Amino acid sequence: MKRFLIPLGAFVVLVIFLAIGLTRDPRDVPSPLKDKPAPAFSLPQLGSDKAFSPADMQGRVWLLNVWASWCVSCRQEHPILVAFAKSGNTPIVGLNYKDQIPDAKKWLADFGDPYVLSAVDADGRVGINYGVYGVPETYVIDKAGVIRLKHTGPVTADSLKNQILPLVAALNK
Amino acid sequence: MKRLFHLCFLCVLCAAMVNPVFAREAAPMAADAAIEKRMVLISEELRCLVCQNESLAGSHADLAQDLRREIRTLIGQGKTDQEILDFMVARYGDFVRYRPPVKPTTWLLWGGPFLLLIGGIGVLIAFLRRRAAAPETTALSDEERRRAAALLDDKPS
Repeated sequence: MKRFLIPLGAFVVLVIFLAIGLTRDPRDVPSPLKDKPAPAFSLPQLGSDKAFSPADMQGRVWLLNVWASWCVSCRQEHPILVAFAKSGNTPIVGLNYKDQIPDAKKWLADFGDPYVLSAVDADGRVGINYGVYGVPETYVIDKAGVIRLKHTGPVTADSLKNQILPLVAALNK
Repeated sequence: MKRLFHLCFLCVLCAAMVNPVFAREAAPMAADAAIEKRMVLISEELRCLVCQNESLAGSHADLAQDLRREIRTLIGQGKTDQEILDFMVARYGDFVRYRPPVKPTTWLLWGGPFLLLIGGIGVLIAFLRRRAAAPETTALSDEERRRAAALLDDKPS
């Protein structure tokens, strides 16, 4: 009897490890940029000849949302962002990542524009500085310009309610 | 004649289908072959985050192309290999490196195989010792010896 217990125990431990592994998302790579100052940039705004730089948002808690008209999962999170923007809770700045300007404008006209403005990152260099690897991505940036959260993939009602909103509320205190 | 025409048409069709595929394979060569060689060496050490089982050197993902362009630029600026690796790690974390650095959070990763090896050797030694110490069970008891002798002595009738 005892000779079966040891392999059985090892098997159970293995199953537990594999089961935990299944629940984790391999695409969710922890960002080294968390708790680091948001990389500086100066980019033209979509539909305007003004420039935008993260320093312009100093003193406010804000969201930076990386999006593109070619990005399929951006469509998925978009209604949530539009509703969130209507609540007036926190300004969302868009980073239009490697997109064509007419496509981007049409996309916002078709699906709604939740952004206070969108910065145009045509060649994706700013995206690289922010460690973007899977659009959409959303950053929560605090009053001092420090990245407090990086959310990879579409924002869901659940992640907004349980992750982003509590953090924003805490940062606004 | 008609068959020949059909065959020609088929060949043209195949060529038309195959050609664009080959055209995509041709990656833009950097002006300087030395830069290209170093870029490939560095990007083979890095993981493409879009398709995580491919290296940055082998990936056709858009991001991989951008990052290879970035590496070329950094090489052009005279950066060392270590500085370029640091550039990537600062943005994408240790996960981009196929050879993660040895530090407290990766001790188990690096040491795990050796721990398993030591554990395995321990189990093997324990098993061998127990087997050596086990009493000889092949010896016959007196009762079995008597029965065996009786059977051997028993002449067929």
